[in-house]
Amino acid sequence: MTELIQHLINGLSLGSIYALIALGYTMVFGILQLINFAHGDVYMLGAFIGMYFARVTGAAENPSVFNLLATLLVAMVGCALAGFLIERFAYRPLRRAPRINVLITAVGVSLFLEFAGQLGFGSDPKFFPQVYQPTVDWSMGDIKINPLQVIVFAISIVLMAGLQFLIFKTRTGRAMRAASFNHDLASLMGIPTDRVISLTFMAGSALAGAAGVLVGMIYPKIEPLMGVMPGLKAFVSAVLGGIGNITGAVVGAITLGLAEEFLVGYWAPTFRDALAFGLLILILLFKPTGLFGVHKSEKV
Amino acid sequence: MISRHPFSVVLVALSVVLLAPACKKSQTADSAASGATVSGNVIKIGEVGSMTGSEATFGISTHNGIMLAVKQLNAAGGIAGKKVEVVSLDDQGKPEEAAVAMNKLINQDKVIAILGEVASSRSLAMAPIAQTHKIPMISPSSTNPKVTEQGDYIFRVCFIDPFQGTVMAKFAWESLKAKKVAILRDVKNDYSVGLADYFAETFKKLGGEIVIDQSYSAGDMDFKSQLTAIRSKNPEAIFVPGYYTEVGLISIQAKGLGLTAPLLGGDGWDSPKLTEIGGDSINGSYFANHYSTEDNSPEVQKFIKEYKEMFGVVPDGLAAMGYDAALVLFDAMKRSPQLTTPQIRDAIAATQKFKAVTGLISMDAKRNPVKSAVVLKIEKKSFKYQTTINPT
Repeated sequence: MTELIQHLINGLSLGSIYALIALGYTMVFGILQLINFAHGDVYMLGAFIGMYFARVTGAAENPSVFNLLATLLVAMVGCALAGFLIERFAYRPLRRAPRINVLITAVGVSLFLEFAGQLGFGSDPKFFPQVYQPTVDWSMGDIKINPLQVIVFAISIVLMAGLQFLIFKTRTGRAMRAASFNHDLASLMGIPTDRVISLTFMAGSALAGAAGVLVGMIYPKIEPLMGVMPGLKAFVSAVLGGIGNITGAVVGAITLGLAEEFLVGYWAPTFRDALAFGLLILILLFKPTGLFGVHKSEKV
Repeated sequence: MISRHPFSVVLVALSVVLLAPACKKSQTADSAASGATVSGNVIKIGEVGSMTGSEATFGISTHNGIMLAVKQLNAAGGIAGKKVEVVSLDDQGKPEEAAVAMNKLINQDKVIAILGEVASSRSLAMAPIAQTHKIPMISPSSTNPKVTEQGDYIFRVCFIDPFQGTVMAKFAWESLKAKKVAILRDVKNDYSVGLADYFAETFKKLGGEIVIDQSYSAGDMDFKSQLTAIRSKNPEAIFVPGYYTEVGLISIQAKGLGLTAPLLGGDGWDSPKLTEIGGDSINGSYFANHYSTEDNSPEVQKFIKEYKEMFGVVPDGLAAMGYDAALVLFDAMKRSPQLTTPQIRDAIAATQKFKAVTGLISMDAKRNPVKSAVVLKIEKKSFKYQTTINPT
């Protein structure tokens, strides 16, 4: 029984990490219908920005909640800037090009970040400084809970709610939704679509940056290729929940996290990655709109 | 057709530049397959290593060890008056890149011997190429038995997995008095699978029990589900024969789940990154290695001193292996009068009781050295010598 509950906790924690990354994927897709493959690498950038910030300011020497928040903030701002630059220089020039061109560019940006990262940061794994040491222990006997896991879970739920609010309750959100229906028409109505798209990218990238720091806290080994697998897993999560749907991304990610955890714990550890991609194939075959997606006829 | 695209112009220019030296080389190419010889005053040897990639410390340490050996050799006059030059290529830690590097070293750079790789999976990609071209290859630290089985031109200077697995099984049984041990292996890694198999075999033979055998894939970052399954079996030790890249994270997550059993491992743990990532969680764990810096023999202390002077850090086990691989090769070259590749091969095979930093090296019939291993304990970011286990 303890084992089952422990697996449940581990799975929720893993799922909430996928959720943080999946939110950015789904947001960008919702507005642009673009699968931003560079998203996983922005998450990697976030981890490195956090690491350098913590090293330079010496935040690692005196861990505190303040330092954690400061590191998070810096990584989020840094990634938002990176997201802005990527959108401005890689995607915006292709706004009128066929969608496949943008998709290929996204793969290119992803490879660029991965290999520029290896060049700039060095490709050996780095230690992520522990800017916050949990002082409380929420373990119940043999059921071990790391407060950081709870924090990550809470943050992904809060961010999900925040995004939901931003998109459905604010003017900016309305502009985003309008732009997602039809760019030209939206701009005719006086909506600055380019600015709205920039903003979407920045928000999505900031989320990835937050994920980078939080993952660094839980798994303190970071390297330039760390974004590849979580990026793909988050993409699967987003598709599973119905890409473009905010709640769907979180539910999909947590489902995937739990499924992986139980598969590895009780059955076949080596099928961890096969599960995610097997799931992707099944979803695309039988319910391409995902769990929460609405069917929308579309020209491709 | 006139190309409109500026890119194709660049491509054409690039291919001309790249092809030019290759064409020149192929005109003067002599018979590589029947054994290359040395021309001029420089002896070229090749090195393939993971200078970048997630296991970069392996490649860099090995490279440093080799460079120290070359520097000492050339300072002492080289081989038969000829200086040795090393062409080092990076394989980024990928087997396919290692194969590409091999082909380049043999066909373009015309090296007469090759040093490398650390990882068994990459040495296994390189060995068939060396064998086809009949170029002697010495792996400094690939411990998988299959590596030297690729052909009679392939050697190594380290002990092999059956021995390393046996050492840790004996250590767990005799020194730790463990009866129930769990295994957590990296299924993507030939080295890890080999060690885990031999460990299990010996440990069962001694009378112990393997309570659970779990696996992961290199590059994973979450091991909590495997560790939770392991925890439910209450093992007295956990054998994790992976690389330092994952072992650090595994130790943190094991402690997080309240597992107190010590972790055991092999020479793949040997990197300063292990304690940097693992922090306090890795304290109290043990691993088998090729040598200990606490060894007081004059060879070891001299090597440590000179390595420190050249690179400013204490050499790890892989640096010592790289150094030894180069020493064995140079020793064999000195014993081959014409420096042809078949002669060098025969001379390496005839190596007997060669005094190297990591012990006496004598090649057996399978081109593996017979030598001892040490077990090190991790305490406060340093590796403390525990015991030496000799081959039986």
